[in-house]
Amino acid sequence: MSDKTADRVAAATPTHVARKIRGLSDRAIAWIFVAPTIFLLLAVNIFPLIWTVRLSFTDYKANRINREPEWIGLRNYERILTDSDIWLNMQATAHFLFWTIFFQVLIGFTLAWLINKKFKGNDLWTTIIVLPMMLSPAVVGNFWKFLYQPQIGLFNYIIAFFTGKDPSSFEMLGSVDLAPWSIVIVDTWMWTPFVMLICLAGLRSIPDYIYEAAEIDRASKLRQFFTITIPMVLPFLMLAVLFRGIENFKMFDLVVQLTGGGPGSTTELTSINLKREAFEKWRTGYASAYAIILFVTVFGLASIYVKALNKVKER
Amino acid sequence: MSSFSITEPSNRTKWFAGTLVIAYALITMMPLVWIGLTGFKSPADAISYPPKYIIGSDSEAGFQPTLEGYVNLFTTRTRQTEEFLANNPPKNWADEIVRQYDMVIVGPSKFGERFLNSVIIGFGSTFLSVFLGTLAAYAFSRFKIPLADDLLFFILSTRMMPPIAVAIPIFLMYRNLGLSDTHLGMILLYTAVNISLAVWLLKGFIDEIPREYEEAALIDGYTRFQAFYKVVLPQAATGIASTAIFCLIFAWNEYAFAVLLTTANAQTAPPFIPTIIGIGGLDWPAIAAGVTIFVLPVMIFTILLRKHLLRGITFGAVRK
Repeated sequence: MSDKTADRVAAATPTHVARKIRGLSDRAIAWIFVAPTIFLLLAVNIFPLIWTVRLSFTDYKANRINREPEWIGLRNYERILTDSDIWLNMQATAHFLFWTIFFQVLIGFTLAWLINKKFKGNDLWTTIIVLPMMLSPAVVGNFWKFLYQPQIGLFNYIIAFFTGKDPSSFEMLGSVDLAPWSIVIVDTWMWTPFVMLICLAGLRSIPDYIYEAAEIDRASKLRQFFTITIPMVLPFLMLAVLFRGIENFKMFDLVVQLTGGGPGSTTELTSINLKREAFEKWRTGYASAYAIILFVTVFGLASIYVKALNKVKER
Repeated sequence: MSSFSITEPSNRTKWFAGTLVIAYALITMMPLVWIGLTGFKSPADAISYPPKYIIGSDSEAGFQPTLEGYVNLFTTRTRQTEEFLANNPPKNWADEIVRQYDMVIVGPSKFGERFLNSVIIGFGSTFLSVFLGTLAAYAFSRFKIPLADDLLFFILSTRMMPPIAVAIPIFLMYRNLGLSDTHLGMILLYTAVNISLAVWLLKGFIDEIPREYEEAALIDGYTRFQAFYKVVLPQAATGIASTAIFCLIFAWNEYAFAVLLTTANAQTAPPFIPTIIGIGGLDWPAIAAGVTIFVLPVMIFTILLRKHLLRGITFGAVRK
């Protein structure tokens, strides 16, 4: 049958076209296919990155076009690394990173483990649970702001209902103590399904015969959990943490909509701080240096982490 | 005969697990259901305490559904004198709703425009990234490309940069090229962001298509191009479709670039929705209506995609 199709195609192709196409070697085709992608990435990612590096050594301000920028060497970097406010932003980011990953791993793994008990209708409920993570983070931040309103918000109402507190007695977004947790809650709500899905894939990848063998050896369920389940899921779990780590290090849209970095700068994550420097204070050179520092940090941490992940996989 | 297997959980375990998972699912859906309901409330009902949640009931917890939020979302309105209102009867049902606040509809709001921008930029960038991504993925999957692993990692690493860091030079570059606040500029930018996902996902899908199919076709006299689009493309159709949906969802949801690089002409819906103002502050029912309309297509696509979801969100690293 494929013979016939081939004949028809061969017959339908005009000879001059056929000759032209046939003239291309596989190597040429490979380059023609890859080149546009590489070109686009060079133009929209790498060229701007190099530009950022250049700007980071100057005191350029993007809102003053006519002013000639001055070359100031490493002074931007020096200023950033010695600025105590930026270390506060880093701390806020670390708090956010640590707790979101902690809760997402804990709840995500538990859910995956429960779903893997294969109760009736588990597919349907999995699909429902997954919905939040596909939504727009900015829009999620926006409507959670509504839920967090003191007095009128659903979140405050439900907490008040169960604790007997007055729903207007606490402000999730307005108080210095609660705001860092309010962003952790929303991010956990949104991204726990992500960790859950990856853990579920890990759990499902464990073949039944391993458990059967353990059962024959009379290993207890608890022992099976710690010597089979956990080690087999670990590479998957670490992958999930990698993804969440990178994403949350870059976190901008959800938090900017939710708290805008406030109150004060308690939830001002590095990305939000960077946006202020670059697009509100227009310190373009300074912000460029900041961006480079952040990029190097993510890239460095991610590379170290990937090495660790590969070691776990090899085991 | 899985029911006799010793690894099969007991019925009691299943029941227990099912209850907990369903409880989580119901709790996690509450914010979404609440937004859906708020879209059909009047501004007063939306911010009442205690909250109202029973549709159409006269009890204290009930509210009468109204399309006010949706009308406010799509229109601009002005207050009018009583005389004017008396002399000009309402033209349609939407006008009638607005009349209770002594207002008349004077024209469409910007929401429709912003939504259309989301559609244009979303589909435009999806088409481009899937088109370029399929070509690159095929080449990476089938040919020996020098430094292929490094190139693939380079393609992925472009995703690690914080969007704001990329936005600084893009802002300057677009200003010089006249691409600021244009559809083309946003389409190119979203394509560049999505292409890493498209290449990685599609490479995985194409890797799964046996090479023998093409080799047979080549022996039958197909050229490489013919083998690519007559044999590989149809086989990869599902993969291409799900990759397209992932790209579309990303472009649809994107906020950081949209808020920094567009102001009016090419602005998409996400930066616009939170700014909808009503009488005396944010118009929550209109915002909720906007969120509902904006989020519904994504939810439908997610349900359609559920089999490939895991693959998409991990760049093809985890396959079921």
